[in-house]
Amino acid sequence: MLKAFETMKQAALMSVRNIISNKMRSFLTTLGIIIGVMSVISLVTIVEGVENEVLSEFSDMGAGVLTVNAYGTALKGGLSEADIAEISEIDNVSGVAPSISFSGSAVRNGEVDDEVTVLGVNEVYFIHNDVVSFGRPLYSIDMTGESYVCIVDSDFAKTLFYGENPIGQSVILNGITYKVVGLQTGDDSSLTSSMSRGTNGGRVMIPYKNAMKMSGQALVQSLDVYVEDTDKTNETQTAIEELLYKTFNNNDDSYWIMNLDSLLDTMNSMMSMLKGMLTGIASIALLVGGIGIMNMMLVSVTERTKEIGLRKALGAEPSRIQLQFLFEAIVLSLTGGVIGLILGLVVSAAVSSALGIGFTVSVSAIELGVGFSAAVGIIFGWAPAKKASELNPIDALRSE
Amino acid sequence: MSKEILRMTDIKKSYVMGDSVSLVLKGIDLTVNEGEFLAVLGPSGSGKSTLMNIIGCLDVPTSGEYYLSGRKIQDQDEKILAHIRSKEIGFIFQSFHLLQKQSALENVELPLIYANVPEKERRRRAMEMLERVGLADKTDHLPNQMSGGQQQRVAIARAISTNPTILLADEPTGALDQKTGASVMELFHQLNDEGRTIIMITHDVNIAAHAKRIVRILDGNISEGAVEDA
Repeated sequence: MLKAFETMKQAALMSVRNIISNKMRSFLTTLGIIIGVMSVISLVTIVEGVENEVLSEFSDMGAGVLTVNAYGTALKGGLSEADIAEISEIDNVSGVAPSISFSGSAVRNGEVDDEVTVLGVNEVYFIHNDVVSFGRPLYSIDMTGESYVCIVDSDFAKTLFYGENPIGQSVILNGITYKVVGLQTGDDSSLTSSMSRGTNGGRVMIPYKNAMKMSGQALVQSLDVYVEDTDKTNETQTAIEELLYKTFNNNDDSYWIMNLDSLLDTMNSMMSMLKGMLTGIASIALLVGGIGIMNMMLVSVTERTKEIGLRKALGAEPSRIQLQFLFEAIVLSLTGGVIGLILGLVVSAAVSSALGIGFTVSVSAIELGVGFSAAVGIIFGWAPAKKASELNPIDALRSE
Repeated sequence: MSKEILRMTDIKKSYVMGDSVSLVLKGIDLTVNEGEFLAVLGPSGSGKSTLMNIIGCLDVPTSGEYYLSGRKIQDQDEKILAHIRSKEIGFIFQSFHLLQKQSALENVELPLIYANVPEKERRRRAMEMLERVGLADKTDHLPNQMSGGQQQRVAIARAISTNPTILLADEPTGALDQKTGASVMELFHQLNDEGRTIIMITHDVNIAAHAKRIVRILDGNISEGAVEDA
């Protein structure tokens, strides 16, 4: 055991000595590995950063939400009150938030905004979306009482209540007077609202039953279903689908459920595919680097034929010669690997801060860099080392 | 009578070159006893280098028997031959064959590394050997900072460092001028007086004359000669 260690140590010392004595050549050879490892590390780290960013944005948008689109059939173009109540009875459903939107006009003291997006929502929406920054959200009593209260966004407030506090004031929506009870936050993190926001007009939220009456819609086509246990989201989705299938007279073309969790899974698998592909491309650089090392080692073996012959004459076993040359290849590529790792981390830190995404040094990146370069050293150092160990000492000594 | 350390019986060596087989050694019989100083004298092409390779276990005979320190040397694997070389043979070459990037001390240490001598002991022995050849003050010098005579002394120190059974010298003065060559031969005499067995391969009768016993090799055949004949 101790002898084996001593043998290894000697082989390592001899390798390092030779590498140092050929500084320029060693550096150029290592460059291939440096570039290869650098690109693998930076690509993996950057993609991981992007991935984390996207995933956290997704989960902000709402994990545990099933967005149901029930456009229905020709006979039944949406979901009735009773249908919605039935969905909320399904196991694991914590709440259902229907939404209805239409565009209307708002008037106040002669100021007009005729491109207002009116959104009908219920109290469940406000439980899961913290959108009201001033005033109060809509409560269930507003739903049952079909109160004429509304929540406006900052665009709406700027157009119709410029320079004033809108809360407590009145506004006429499509001819009906509503009282403003809350102001929506400027930065909206909800997917549906950011998609439906008009560039010119403002936005106003009212109890959804009022909205149905005002727009003349008797049925709801869009609702968010909130799930209690996110591990069972898929089961809940199936249950809703079964219900909708029955509701729409066995027509499975009449509804569509978007599951953010399953979308997240798809994203995840896409990201890991992307990562694998990029790593594969970067590995080509590593492969080229490995060939560089092999080339340099073969040249080195030819150059040092006499030295190898001498070492053999002095009693070196073939395995020790092989070990010495193998170590040389490994030390070369590991050195390149470590330098490449550091450069790769520097590059990815720079790119991450430029892209404004989070940067974390992942342990897997370090393992990857060190592991890859050591593997390249062993794989591409093996053949030259074997060749060195098999040289005939007589021929080797004679070569001048 | 002193101990027999080397015995060759009807050693033949042939090389296949294309279609033809050339017989380089045609049945060599040779016995060497402990403490001998033997010169193998022969012109180039006589087969003396092949004989040296076989004595030095760098090569194995095609037929015949070769015993070194009682062990039969035959077509063994490279690993075993390496062990035998490490233990039994100290090589001295015409062109010194020192590692140019390593100091005198490190060059002398080299065979000790392969003999698995621990570091401290290795250093101590290498120093001792350099002192023995009169280069105690040159331990840190690189080969190219030394004269040819000094380099050959380093090579001799290297050869004796493992305390081998036989010192095998191939034209040891071939690359040296007459004066330094003579001082190297003087060192050989001293080492032989200390009891070391030396086998020297040369084409030079004047150098061979330093040996106590001379064998001549010509055209693959060996014949006993005398110092006086040289």
